[in-house]
Amino acid sequence: MSPSPAPPPTMILGVIGADCHAVGNKILELAFREAGFNVVNLGVMVAQEEFIAAAIETKAQAIVVSSLYGHGEMDCRGFRERCVEAGLGRILLYVGGNLVVGKADFAGVEAKFRAMGFDRVFGPGSGPEHGIAALREDLAARGAALGQ
Amino acid sequence: MGSSPSLYLLGDVGSTFTKLCLVDAGAPAVLASAAAPTTVGTDVNAGFDAALGRLGPRAREAGRILVSSSAAGGLRIAAVGLVPELTMKAARIAALGAGGKVVGAFSFRLTAQDLAGLRELRPDMILLAGGTDGGDTEHIIHNAGALAAGLPGVPVVAAGNREAREELERIFAGRPEVRFAANVMPEVRRLDLDPARACIRELFLERIVAAKGLDRLRSRAEVVRPTPEAVLRAVALLSRGHGGSPGLGELLAVDVGGATTDVYSCAEGRPSSPAVVLRGLPEPFEKRTVEADIGMRHTIAHLLEQCDVEEVARAARATADEVRAWAGAVAGDPGHLPASEREHRIDAALAAAGCRLAVARHCGWLEECYTPEGRVYVQEGKDLGPVRCVVGSGGPLAAGGPRAGEVLAGARRAPGESRLLPSAPEFLIDRRYLLWAMGLLADHEPAAALELMKRHLEPC
Repeated sequence: MSPSPAPPPTMILGVIGADCHAVGNKILELAFREAGFNVVNLGVMVAQEEFIAAAIETKAQAIVVSSLYGHGEMDCRGFRERCVEAGLGRILLYVGGNLVVGKADFAGVEAKFRAMGFDRVFGPGSGPEHGIAALREDLAARGAALGQ
Repeated sequence: MGSSPSLYLLGDVGSTFTKLCLVDAGAPAVLASAAAPTTVGTDVNAGFDAALGRLGPRAREAGRILVSSSAAGGLRIAAVGLVPELTMKAARIAALGAGGKVVGAFSFRLTAQDLAGLRELRPDMILLAGGTDGGDTEHIIHNAGALAAGLPGVPVVAAGNREAREELERIFAGRPEVRFAANVMPEVRRLDLDPARACIRELFLERIVAAKGLDRLRSRAEVVRPTPEAVLRAVALLSRGHGGSPGLGELLAVDVGGATTDVYSCAEGRPSSPAVVLRGLPEPFEKRTVEADIGMRHTIAHLLEQCDVEEVARAARATADEVRAWAGAVAGDPGHLPASEREHRIDAALAAAGCRLAVARHCGWLEECYTPEGRVYVQEGKDLGPVRCVVGSGGPLAAGGPRAGEVLAGARRAPGESRLLPSAPEFLIDRRYLLWAMGLLADHEPAAALELMKRHLEPC
């Protein structure tokens, strides 16, 4: 094989469950793409199985899940286990948005989602730049090169 | 043979009948048509000559003879992909669009058991997909290796992740019956089916035609494509139009046969409102599906199991027992034609039920979801609601006389139905059974083919 620059890392993006908030999803897509990632955006109302199917076909390094409507905990339950079942046990799993209803303490929310197997948890105040920085850091730690 | 360049002899070597149609593309006009039992078991030329004899002397002057074929079981394709809902489904859609009959579909890593199953299916060819471009290569490489070792000599169209191609070329080295095409799903939820379709046709012509004994026709005719693909071409031409001659716009076509029912659509099928969320794999503008368990003779027992017999009986003004008795009689005797008025009504009511089932499976569906933000609709597959024109073809429809409209009414969406069938279509009937022939003619004389379809498809 001829030597070629490493391709940009692939990530799957989408809004989970019965959540149809589309605007933030578009902003994340543009921001991550601009940051050099190959973004496969599944849009809104995406089921766990759809994230996983897309990750298998594209050999993605990360799945970035948004949830804006407060039912994130229910929608995300068992996600990591399902990844393990599908042979994606090590894939980076991020989640962010308004993950629970009401004003819960974020540290508690984060701990809950980390315990569910998510590598990073982002609260309502996070901007795309936080996710991008975290993904760069985590991929670098795993030795995956960024395209630029 | 061959003195008049505008005279085309078009043939379809089907599983039961060999049909011929003589067309003057200059006029344009359909001059004559004839049929005779197919003789693929012995020499396919015998059936061809028998039909030719019924066509009259002008047929001998044809400048060009083009033939499509669905003989000897049609083009049997096995689809292999990675994830069932993604590349495996893409491979299925591509195989159907190429006029194939999908005899089996496999996902993830092919196991020894899968390979045994594949061998038993005796596919004419295998469409091997897997991985988006730049995505997974491991599965398709594994599967290529398994197929190369486990099913040597079976033609393969490899249409998966382009990054696996070099490795696949190594695995299939020295195998002229293996072709490479662009990825059927280069990105998640984007299909690119035409390159794979072209490769399938190429292999069909080079390999399968000979394997099925159709090469004996080669001294006199050009065998050009599988019949369903010819029909899809005709439907696409009728939809899009040609040159200055407009087409009929988005349309649906149904071919109700003795063993299977084919459904073709040429339509975008996008959601009717921005409030509808589209899910799943996007489907191609030109889409074909085939229902192997819906037919009016060989498979009528399966049709009966799936439809509401009481409702069929009501529509036919007969009893449920009479419907069952009719189905029993024709299942054992594919040549059985309705004689009495009642039998005609039963036959038409069953065809309408089959038409509804096949069209419903072809169309997408709408699901109502309640979210914290209120009610949302989710659509999967194509919304054919706005389609204005439904074309009916095939034996029972052509022979159905005035009942063709009743049969095609099965393709209209019922109030409240979640399947997205055409909501207010007009019906056209291909009474002279010309669609396949016009699909063949479309390669050379698209303007004439379009004109003849517009002239001979009758409103009903």
